Amino acid sequence: MDWQALALTLRLATVTTVILLTVAVPLAALLVLSRGRWLAVVEALAALPLVMPPTVLGFFLLVLLGPRTAIGRGVTSLLGHPLAFSFSGLVVGSVIYSLPFAVQPLVAGFASIEPALVDAARLLGAGRARVVFSILIPLARRSLLAAAVLSFLHTVGEFGVVLMLGGDIPGATRTLSIVLYNQVENFDYGAANRTAATLLALSVFALAAIYAGGRRGGGRNA
Amino acid sequence: MLDMALTSRRGSFHLQVKCRFISAWTVVFGPSGAGKSTMLRILAGLDRPDNGHIRLDSHVLTDTDRGIYINAGRRTTSLVAQQPALFPHLSVEANVAYGVGKLDQRQRDLRIEEMLDLVDATGLIKRRPRDLSGGEAQRVALARALAPLPRLLLLDEPFSALDGIASDDLLARLQPWLTDHNVQAVMATHDATDAFATAAEIALLRDGRLLALGSASEVLRDERERLRKRLLGPTG
Repeated sequence: MDWQALALTLRLATVTTVILLTVAVPLAALLVLSRGRWLAVVEALAALPLVMPPTVLGFFLLVLLGPRTAIGRGVTSLLGHPLAFSFSGLVVGSVIYSLPFAVQPLVAGFASIEPALVDAARLLGAGRARVVFSILIPLARRSLLAAAVLSFLHTVGEFGVVLMLGGDIPGATRTLSIVLYNQVENFDYGAANRTAATLLALSVFALAAIYAGGRRGGGRNA
Repeated sequence: MLDMALTSRRGSFHLQVKCRFISAWTVVFGPSGAGKSTMLRILAGLDRPDNGHIRLDSHVLTDTDRGIYINAGRRTTSLVAQQPALFPHLSVEANVAYGVGKLDQRQRDLRIEEMLDLVDATGLIKRRPRDLSGGEAQRVALARALAPLPRLLLLDEPFSALDGIASDDLLARLQPWLTDHNVQAVMATHDATDAFATAAEIALLRDGRLLALGSASEVLRDERERLRKRLLGPTG
């Protein structure tokens, strides 16, 4: 087992999940609470990584964050190193790649809350932030958990974006998926089996946690 | 005084009213689909009218010509709907306290106690909404709406889950409190007995239009006759 790759994978998934929830909660609340045709564009952009081939996304990010673009040069001068082929670059790629897996359960959870409850909170003087923190999040706890677990697992298992944007640098960008790919390429099926089993066990454990949480909550959000 | 001129189109339904409610208690009476709830939601600031204005005393709450729109929750207006919409994850106490966050703890506790006492629901303070009957939930919803001390109270068939005696008792408790606290009330109902139960100004709404505004004896003459015949029979 490549413990360094396992630790890096878990660190990447944790950082990505925290950033994603910070971004996805207000974004999902905006999509549910607001009205306007432009919201369809925002929703489509947030869902785009679902249908985009990961290698294509990785390639675009590699170009965007590289020295060929003003954004890439700006980020490089700001951080002192290019984002591509670094852990920070992987975080950026993972956040974009897993965005729909955080946003969509939250949108579904928030949308299932009775609009009359949001109306009641607004009438009692709650602004958007208070509506989100005092009504939407407590009543959509299971969706929040689902968003966190799906984001985490999707990041743990990502390959195309990681390979394109991060390459294979031990301790910096070599995740378990890359290790598995290398092991198969080297016909080391015993090690590949162990790596694959670790990834599978992570997924089963996390999904079981979601379903167990759902059963305790009576299968509902609230 | 509540002064309004509103037009609002929702699909095939068209609300168009222009009136001034000067009484402390006005009943908007009309059948289902007349536009009562639409009107109250616009007055509460939950929906925007296509055109028009709403003035409460000297305050302009909405004026589409001047681009003025005071958001719900900032227009000292409370709405109690038929569905109590209590926050299910909060206790009765926390529900009532939700709109009075600016008070210190002691004042907040006193306000909650006063409101629950007013609606005869003091014993429910620690309960969760799922443990309340429909009538109890409506009482708590009323207490929650009154707790921020609104200037305008909008009631959309708020006592539908209470029996006649309980409803009359609650109205008898509520009306003097509203007078003491200078709160103007507008209650929407399709039930003529609710309309007659209060010495109110009656606004008769049908198909989105205001047909009459005046005392119950004038505006609801036909309705009173219908009720009388129903109770006593055609020869009564």
